[in-house]
Amino acid sequence: MAKIGLYIELQDGVFKKSNRELLSLARKGDHAVHAVIFCADVRPYLEELQGVQTVIQVSGADLSYQPDRYACTLATIIEEFQLDACCAIYSAQGKDLFPRLAAKIKSGLVSDCLSVDLEKRQALKPVYSGKLLAEYQVEGGRALFTVRPNVVPVTPAAGGQPEVKSASLHDGEPRTRIVQVMQSAAQKVDLTEAEIIVSGGRAMKAQENFCLLEDMARVLDAGVGASRAAVDAGFASADMQVGQTGKVVNPKLYIACGISGAIQHFVGMKTSKVIVAINKDPEAPIFKKADYGIVGDLFTVLPLLKEELKKALG
Amino acid sequence: MNIYVCIKQVPDTEASILVKEGRSINESNVKWIISPYDEYAIEEALKLKEKLTGSKVTALCLGPERVQNALRTALAMGVDAAVHIDGGAALDAQGTARALAHVIRSDKEFGVTFLGRQAIDDDACQVHLLLAEELAIPAATNVLAFACDGQKVRVEREIGGGTREVIEMSVPCVVAAAKGLNTPRYASMMGIMKAKKIEIRRVALAETGVDEAQNKVRLLKLSAPAEKPQGRMIPGEPAEAVRELVRLLREEAKVL
Ligand SMILES: Cc1cc2nc3c(=O)[nH]c(=O)nc-3n(C[C@H](O)[C@H](O)[C@H](O)COP(=O)(O)OP(=O)(O)OC[C@H]3O[C@@H](n4cnc5c(N)ncnc54)[C@H](O)[C@@H]3O)c2cc1C
Ligand SMILES: Nc1ncnc2c1ncn2[C@@H]1O[C@H](COP(=O)(O)O)[C@@H](O)[C@H]1O
Repeated sequence: MAKIGLYIELQDGVFKKSNRELLSLARKGDHAVHAVIFCADVRPYLEELQGVQTVIQVSGADLSYQPDRYACTLATIIEEFQLDACCAIYSAQGKDLFPRLAAKIKSGLVSDCLSVDLEKRQALKPVYSGKLLAEYQVEGGRALFTVRPNVVPVTPAAGGQPEVKSASLHDGEPRTRIVQVMQSAAQKVDLTEAEIIVSGGRAMKAQENFCLLEDMARVLDAGVGASRAAVDAGFASADMQVGQTGKVVNPKLYIACGISGAIQHFVGMKTSKVIVAINKDPEAPIFKKADYGIVGDLFTVLPLLKEELKKALG
Repeated sequence: MNIYVCIKQVPDTEASILVKEGRSINESNVKWIISPYDEYAIEEALKLKEKLTGSKVTALCLGPERVQNALRTALAMGVDAAVHIDGGAALDAQGTARALAHVIRSDKEFGVTFLGRQAIDDDACQVHLLLAEELAIPAATNVLAFACDGQKVRVEREIGGGTREVIEMSVPCVVAAAKGLNTPRYASMMGIMKAKKIEIRRVALAETGVDEAQNKVRLLKLSAPAEKPQGRMIPGEPAEAVRELVRLLREEAKVL
């Protein structure tokens, strides 16, 4: 039986959906699961954490995310509880935190895992932008993994109430100091964790036309993405770019509108469960990669699609 | 300031990658490039040098003989010096970071070190932060905006949904670039000519005290992912096709 630590990520106090995937992953084996949460009060989250053996509540005067403090705190907890392996979400925070932690505890980290065998300390992850899959083994020390959102099937939380233990936040002076967090004016969905994404390419023609996608996204509770051509032309902001030099996304539904399907775009969204392409060129490469395709002018198709979705979901 | 930039040579983004003998790739038809994020790192290093008079940029690359081409390209873009750490193709991220740190540390006056936020071959997304920990200096990754007055660094990084963190650090520090930070320059003809005359310093991996036997992460196997079967075109007038699409998404794909 391995002792597993899970770094439970909160966003403005909200329990991130992908934590359920970490919990489901840990539930698969016969493990002693330790969930670590940085918060003043764990009670609101205990229902989600049923069946976990121990919840470690980290408290301190200022719990706002500071990578050095968080990494040092986790390093101490891993030592104190003798955890064999630790997992986090491959989120912006996971990407920032776990490599620092790996260095501090001199242990191996596999990032962006699609599956993890916690017992054997093996993990499968995409490499070469998803053109290949690599299986890695973590040797010696502790094993660290960050897990890509939307890949682990979620199983319901079940079992007894966890025992709550407390730990204190490392309060040394951080070397790297986050001085401000600037919310974007438009509260956008984080694409890397979105369940549905509607994306527009060069064919959107202008920034204003992205409202066609935003309208549809509101109906679907989706995020809005873009190709690099759309970003470079100034129709969409850089944080919306999907692809090799943008974000790698993994939604259950990806709707590509007026995107040709260049390899650099495709590698950023190829693992989407279902891909829909809308393009006026029947020869567009995107159709070879899509599950469903509609040949047509997006300026005709999108408004119709939005209405149809409204009817279906309304 | 002595500015450093770590670049990795990777297969071109268009290259099709085939597995060879389970744990390596067939390199025979691969065109090699500087990993795209590392180009943003080079550009930012050059901009900083232009701002702080008396500065110098050194590019570092660990890998086999062929990576000298990547260093030549960096020199042609305007980097002043280049170091090739020879070997280490099978090092894990921590080994790579330790070898890079060895070279940077040997310069008592190292300032800002730039890297890419991710190399597009192993996609490990780690070496920059591991390097910073190894050097015991601050670091920020996924950086979209960078400012430095010589002593203090202020960066902005994207953390999803367009939200940005503002980070302050003191020099020396590590900055890992994301797309959007800048637009990398092309090498000029003059730059290419000049680059040919610069000698690339070679450091044997053994000199760094790092070797593959210390790897904590070992590659077991590479494989090609399953190909998706060809999808379906939905025929008909737009209104009709759209209705059918929504039905299929609900009833067949079950994603709505
Ligand atoms: C190093 C490198 C990294 C890159 N990284 C990325 C990346 O991260 N993400 C990315 O997306 N790209 C990336 N690219 C760029 C990529 O190669 C393509 O150039 C880009 O994806 C093309 O964007 P697009 O499909 O929007 O535009 P286009 O290729 O111009 O395609 C537009 C499509 O819209 C269709 N169309 C036109 N009008 C209409 C209409 N009215 N209705 C319906 N359809 C219409 C056309 O038939 C065409 O298929 C990268 C390239 C390089 C070299
Ligand atoms: N072999 C290498 N030589 C020089 N720099 C490297 C090497 N490997 C990784 N890097 C740097 O570290 C960054 C992150 O790489 P990775 O952690 O492999 O995704 C890259 O963008 C490079 O800047």
